[in-house]
Amino acid sequence: MTTGAVAAPAAAGEQRPRRRQLSDRVRAERKLAYMLVGPAVIVMLLVIAYPFINTIVLSLQRADLRFPTENKWVGLDNYWAVLTSHLWWMDIIHTLIITLVTVTVEFVLGMLLALAMHRVAFARSVLRTIGLIPYAIVTVVAAYAWQYSWSLNDGGWIPHLLGLSGDPLSHQFGSYVAICMTDIWRNTPFVALLLLAGLSLVPDELLEAARVDGATAWQRFTRITLPLMKPAILVALLFRTLDAFRIFDVIYIFAQGANNTESVSMLNYSTLLNRLNLGLGSAVSVLVFVCVMIIAALFIKGFGAGAGPAGDSG
Amino acid sequence: MKPTAQQKFGWSGAFAVIIVVSLVPVFWLIMLSLKTPASATDGAFIPHHWTLSNYHDIFSAGLFTSALRNSIGIALISTALAVVIASSAAYAIARLDFPGKRAILAVALGVTMFPQISLVGPLYNLWRQIGLFDTWPGLIIPYLTFALPLSIYTLSAFFREIPWELEQAAEVDGATPFQAFMKIIAPLATPGLVTTFIIVFLLCWNDFIFAISLTSSNAAQTVPAALAQFPGASQFTQPIGDIAAAAVVVTIPVMIIVILFQRRIVSGLTAGAVKG
Repeated sequence: MTTGAVAAPAAAGEQRPRRRQLSDRVRAERKLAYMLVGPAVIVMLLVIAYPFINTIVLSLQRADLRFPTENKWVGLDNYWAVLTSHLWWMDIIHTLIITLVTVTVEFVLGMLLALAMHRVAFARSVLRTIGLIPYAIVTVVAAYAWQYSWSLNDGGWIPHLLGLSGDPLSHQFGSYVAICMTDIWRNTPFVALLLLAGLSLVPDELLEAARVDGATAWQRFTRITLPLMKPAILVALLFRTLDAFRIFDVIYIFAQGANNTESVSMLNYSTLLNRLNLGLGSAVSVLVFVCVMIIAALFIKGFGAGAGPAGDSG
Repeated sequence: MKPTAQQKFGWSGAFAVIIVVSLVPVFWLIMLSLKTPASATDGAFIPHHWTLSNYHDIFSAGLFTSALRNSIGIALISTALAVVIASSAAYAIARLDFPGKRAILAVALGVTMFPQISLVGPLYNLWRQIGLFDTWPGLIIPYLTFALPLSIYTLSAFFREIPWELEQAAEVDGATPFQAFMKIIAPLATPGLVTTFIIVFLLCWNDFIFAISLTSSNAAQTVPAALAQFPGASQFTQPIGDIAAAAVVVTIPVMIIVILFQRRIVSGLTAGAVKG
């Protein structure tokens, strides 16, 4: 602390007569910074950008690995084929349903858990330990655990508990419930922890003042807590929505999208690696990427408009 | 406000439900792994006939042991590389002043949001052409890339908390820059590095999409990919006991590490996400 206090005036005194030297120092600092961040930036750009450009190029070609000699440019034909197919739009709907259900439930449950952890001290340690158990489990393992719990044929406990005579995993609704439950089980604790971090930024005095002024608990929550938590909510919702939209592992383990539960990532995988149609698959990849960009843009625009403190009063 | 007896009762009830819901699937897997193949689908919570034969099976067949080796090796190497590369970047972001800092954080955010499936096609194609398909580097390269943003965000959040002026103080007191770094800064930075290492390891360890797409044999197949392709007795039956046993083996050690480091992991997860 003392060195900082002594060094600061000295540096300020030097600044005027030796301006040239200071800018050398600034330049040296920048050079060092670029050397330090260089490797990370190069790796990210190289491994993402080069293959993705490759994807765009392939999406404009007929490129079927079963007929490698018949490659040729086909313009936007692949995109036309995907966008006019019933399957693509059905899979978009499946994916959006799963995204909407899981993110909504995870947010509501996560908020309740976060409030409990925030208010009750001993809840924090207990729930943190318990909540991290799903987080420590590989998604594929979580999917198996829930599949074996739901499947009547595999002797699962859930059909027994609910007294079901048919296998819930043999029809669409049951499969959806099982898939969503797996995702919710694994990700709710993470949402709760993010929201808890946001809750700790809300000053207690403010809530106490509002209480004294006669605001109800619900008013305090919606008028003070929620607006102040906006950044944490944005982060939690954005990342969960994107993750849910890209859902793949759970769908794959649950019979690879059988019973009309196929997600867009699953469709993308099977076009590329089961049908070995690189051209068509690449067009699906580009379209999935576009969907992700649209979701991200909607979030940042929707939240960004009211993100400033002034925008919160209404 | 002290909770009343009634409130306490309510909280306890809610906790009991949460604990049961969190633990039941794990408990179910453990019990399935201890059942004999004939009784695996009997639906009983407690096995009628206890057996360790499933564990014996998976360790005597080569598939699981090689997958375990691949998973641990690939995840450790990817994580180590990511933490080293990200440390230098995070140091620059936390401590140095340079134009383009926001652009780098934006690139990292872009990588986080990028759909992995969109890289599967070209990587599959490219890896087969240059001989990286079904090899360790073939998975380490994408893992490293997707681990970098998380590592950079988490580490720079930790590095911002370090009182760097202590370094100067030590140098004023006669320590060499190297001594100042090793004796003062390194011990302060270690918890953040360890936490980042664990979080990033879990990210690589969890991957399924690249593992199932870019490997085809026990040369590089990791545990999640191997689990999805465990051979059953016939095409239509899954080897439930074997899958459950393998799942338990890969879950329990990781769970213990996560619970031991829970406080740090939570601070790492939230620091990177909220402050980054």
